[in-house]
Amino acid sequence: MNTAIMLALAACSTALVAALAPLILRQPVAQRTGLSLLLAVTGLLAMIAGIYGLVLGGDALILPLGLPWLPMHVRLDALASFFCLVIGSLLFPVAIYSQGYLRDEPRLTPLAIFMPLFVLGMLGVVLSDDAFTFMLFWELMSVSSYFLVTFKHENLENRKAGYIYLVMAHLAGLLILGSFAVLYAAAGSFEFSAMRDATISPFWASAAFLLAGFGFGTKAGVVPLHGWLPEAHPVAPSNVSALMSGIMLKVAIFGFIRVCWDLMGPGDFQWWWGALVLAAGSSSAITGVLMALQQHDLKRLLAYHSIENIGIILIGLGLSMLLAHFGHPMLAALGLVAALYHTINHALFKGLLFMGAGAVLHSTGTRDMESMGGLIHRMPWTAALFLVACLSISALPPFNGFVSEWLTFQTALMAPQLGGALLTAIVPFSAAMLALAGALAATCFVKVFGVVFLGHARTEVAASAHEVDNWMKVGMAIPAVFCLLLGLLPVLFIPLMDSVPELLLHASLAGSIHAHGWLWLTPIDIAHSSYSAPIVLIGMLVLGGLAFWLLHPKGRTIRRSVMWSCGNPHVNARMQYNATSFSQPLRRIFAGIYRPEEDLNIERSRHKLLADNVRYAVHIGDMAVQYLYQPIGKLTLYAAKLLQHEHQRGIHAYLAYTFITILFLLAVYI
Amino acid sequence: MSSASVQIIQAVMLLLFAPLAAGFVSTCKARLQNRRGAGVLQPWRNLRKLFKKEVVMAHHASWVFRFAPYIVFTATLMAASVVPALLVDTPLSLTADVIALVALLALARFFLALAGMDIGTAFGGMGASREMTFSALAEPAMLMSIFVLSLSAHSTNLTTMITHTLNSPFALHPSLAFAMVAMVMIAVAENGRIPIDNPTTHLELTMIHEAMILEYSGRHLALLEWAAMVKLLLFSTLIVDLFIPWGMTAQADLTGVVIALGLWVVKVAGLLFVLAVFETSMAKLRLFEVPEYLSGAFVISFLGLLSYYMLEVGA
Amino acid sequence: MSAALVQQLVDGFAALMLLTSFALLAQHRMLSVLHWFAGQGLLLAATAAIVAYGTDNEELYISALMALLLKGMLLPWLLRRVIRQLHVHREVEPLMNGSLTMLVALGVTLFSFHIIQPIEKTSLLMTRDSMAIATACVLLGMLMMITRKKAITQVIGFLAVENALFFAAIGATNGMPLVVEIGIAFDVLIAALIFGLFFFQIRTTFDSLEVDTMNAHLIHKDDDE
Repeated sequence: MNTAIMLALAACSTALVAALAPLILRQPVAQRTGLSLLLAVTGLLAMIAGIYGLVLGGDALILPLGLPWLPMHVRLDALASFFCLVIGSLLFPVAIYSQGYLRDEPRLTPLAIFMPLFVLGMLGVVLSDDAFTFMLFWELMSVSSYFLVTFKHENLENRKAGYIYLVMAHLAGLLILGSFAVLYAAAGSFEFSAMRDATISPFWASAAFLLAGFGFGTKAGVVPLHGWLPEAHPVAPSNVSALMSGIMLKVAIFGFIRVCWDLMGPGDFQWWWGALVLAAGSSSAITGVLMALQQHDLKRLLAYHSIENIGIILIGLGLSMLLAHFGHPMLAALGLVAALYHTINHALFKGLLFMGAGAVLHSTGTRDMESMGGLIHRMPWTAALFLVACLSISALPPFNGFVSEWLTFQTALMAPQLGGALLTAIVPFSAAMLALAGALAATCFVKVFGVVFLGHARTEVAASAHEVDNWMKVGMAIPAVFCLLLGLLPVLFIPLMDSVPELLLHASLAGSIHAHGWLWLTPIDIAHSSYSAPIVLIGMLVLGGLAFWLLHPKGRTIRRSVMWSCGNPHVNARMQYNATSFSQPLRRIFAGIYRPEEDLNIERSRHKLLADNVRYAVHIGDMAVQYLYQPIGKLTLYAAKLLQHEHQRGIHAYLAYTFITILFLLAVYI
Repeated sequence: MSSASVQIIQAVMLLLFAPLAAGFVSTCKARLQNRRGAGVLQPWRNLRKLFKKEVVMAHHASWVFRFAPYIVFTATLMAASVVPALLVDTPLSLTADVIALVALLALARFFLALAGMDIGTAFGGMGASREMTFSALAEPAMLMSIFVLSLSAHSTNLTTMITHTLNSPFALHPSLAFAMVAMVMIAVAENGRIPIDNPTTHLELTMIHEAMILEYSGRHLALLEWAAMVKLLLFSTLIVDLFIPWGMTAQADLTGVVIALGLWVVKVAGLLFVLAVFETSMAKLRLFEVPEYLSGAFVISFLGLLSYYMLEVGA
Repeated sequence: MSAALVQQLVDGFAALMLLTSFALLAQHRMLSVLHWFAGQGLLLAATAAIVAYGTDNEELYISALMALLLKGMLLPWLLRRVIRQLHVHREVEPLMNGSLTMLVALGVTLFSFHIIQPIEKTSLLMTRDSMAIATACVLLGMLMMITRKKAITQVIGFLAVENALFFAAIGATNGMPLVVEIGIAFDVLIAALIFGLFFFQIRTTFDSLEVDTMNAHLIHKDDDE
């Protein structure tokens, strides 16, 4: 048993202890401190275990727990280590943040029990080495997160979201179970090691891929299986939303990689798998960001952005699958690294964004962007940290989001290496969709930051907002620093995660990435493409400093005055652009996709050209809900109605059913 | 001459010539419209005047509004110093490939739009919203034309791409023609020129760029104006680099650099003259025809990709 | 001119041919549709001339001349007259959203490329690269007929299909036998004249040139009987 896996198991046990602690600690203060402290320790341990595992390699272990004939197999390989690192690096700051965020929470016990269980579930999934353990922890993760979503169960909205979430999570669980069943049939064992060694026919491999794809895709929120995500994420407490969006979706990505790359392996890939993943990724990225642009509930908007970013990760994975199938392991490794890099980046900046949204919610009491504005004056720290996350998610240099999107573009540029006319044109098309999604994300975050933090306060609560306490500030500052570091020093970080493609694809990027020192990121070779974030940052600091120093008013101060208003003296906060007006051009351009239900009321009492009162309301529903979920729901109800009268017969009918079933089973199986 | 000194000359040149380029375009336009025009030096005079003026800021403007001009200016300047203009292989050209270059300009735009939102007027938000929307729609076409260009050079590094064009024998490439048309269309949109936006008007309901910087004054306004001029020259140089790089020098010797400088001036001036002719002969598009223009650019660049595979790979 | 340059020119014209087909689909105004259509005719003439030069095939010069006169000048002029006299709305009325049509058009082009690629490899002609483009242009012409409301735009779509077939003939076999070509050319001319006459007739009967209106009338008539 080596150090890495010991640390990982220590993290799991700390989470378990944290889940049991509320039974002893009854005081809210004690519960809160215990929860934050133990989760912070869990996060730290997971982080260290991840780094250890990536650098020194992990180990496999059989625990004396579980079923009599199937003890729990745990294993910390490179892939598991990487996801341990992802979990730990967000859990640690979120735990610190929770200490401040939960201060005014009167009823803490359910949260204090289920949050550690949720974390335990995620760590368990990552560490598991047999299908039984995997499913056990997977369900633990799903169920405990259901209780976290319905934490404020007095609101109808929360109960409804929780219900949808539970249904879809179990549908996903069922599909994943099906995928494992297919693999079990090939291997004859639930152990992952047996599944890895087993050979599987192309037909059953495709079946396992589809089942896993739809199962994990539902959990990750891939369009059109994303219906639960924009409902569940906003209603959970913000620290939980940060974990759900930042990590839980990534655990689904982990499961997908585990099943496809590890348990089946690149040898089994078919070309259409990659194309399908690529198409799912592109459509998720575009749909996610387009829906996000039309939201004015801050957390719901962020939830839709999670769908977009999962799409970006899937584009990287799809490219990797395609390149692996056509025999380019090095390039496939690049695609995989791009996807993994975006995984950790998204965990960090999305966690930070949800924490920032939580801070705003904490101090204004609302999630509605239309009633915010000007918060940068009242909450300078939150605003600055939130801005870092906005820049990162918008893929702007020198922050981390840009690095991973850039790597994805570089992989896509390798499309000519693929065979066939269709693929060589589809890959650039999806790269173009990625570019569109990235640029629209920037549009959306100009809107978010502009409407929430800049301009004038739109309501009284926004005008009287207050800065959050130091716990929350520190909790947000840690991922912000990571965002910058991962953006500046990808050359140091990519070799650390290089053991993942080595394990899965037997290809290493270390040679080409590291070829020109820490300053230059050269994914393929320096003649092909290069990017140096440190030089960009230093250059900009020097030039900007120079410009500021040369132009700085010596002795002259900036004159403050009222803003210019075309001579109109009555300027008020409602004249600003708000979230709805900001997205109006896009609503018009993409009207065919949004199908907005608009309602415009103009009252004119004096003259037809003089409007007294104008009211505008717009509602945009989720297409998937409208055209997929509701028909399925109706169909189910209809089928149930058809069967209704069967239920109303007496006990004899039921006995007869049982009897016929037994006869049938006997006939079939004997 | 070392390549580092050429690098510095090049960056300073782009910075100092940018107002002249803007002045050149407006002078050409004036002559085409039978006016005398204010001369090529007018933008320089404007900048000098603005730098001397006092800065007035709204009461509630935050630090975003105050520092945005510096960020916009430095990001644009950083992008400009990455683009080779005279020497093919400059030390900084490896810092960012074309995709990173576009991202640097996107960083500048992000802060400009935030500054527009910061003042809390209808105009600022309107400009920010439109600028971000239209630039987002321009992005796929931009990427696609970069993609087409990188197909034959197998690279997105400007230096490698230029070297590839310089070293390959002259041939007609339909794909490059498509990519160039798309790139020019995008450059026109990104720089807010007619038919997308009119840089010479204020207080028009269809304005985009001017709406965001309406509230700026003094040196802040000067920096933003200057950045816009640098961006115009940057895009011209980029198009010249990618499609007609002949004349650029591979060695940093004095004669080579001087010849390259001369040819660069001629090529860029030619391009800007074409811009002036187009701006004179065209009317501004209606605002909601802009998406169609941009998707047209995307279709053209995609045709470039297809014609590359159809016509050039097999041949 | 060297053989390589001729090859490149043919490829360039093929690319332009694809561009004009897309442009025909993208236009909003009837007259600009017509201009692009005329441009396509001129392009065909130029392609035929270049191929004639490259292969020393003198019959093709005659085809080129015919394309120039008929497709580049006569047909556009006729159609322009029809449009003028009928005062057809200047706006082209599409049945499908513009960007969606463009996406479908890109997909169609990609599809024809995918289909033609194996065939191209067997050809040794210098014009073989343009086969996929010719196929794409045929399909795009059909797409234009499908997605437009007005009868005139449908006729232009039909003529564009014919243009593309002519282009394909040059590409696939270095031109059809002259007799066939002259026959087709006259057919097209007569077809265009008849279409022209029909437009006037249709207009006096139905008061409209929209295909939907005509359908409605016919159905209505059936009900009456």
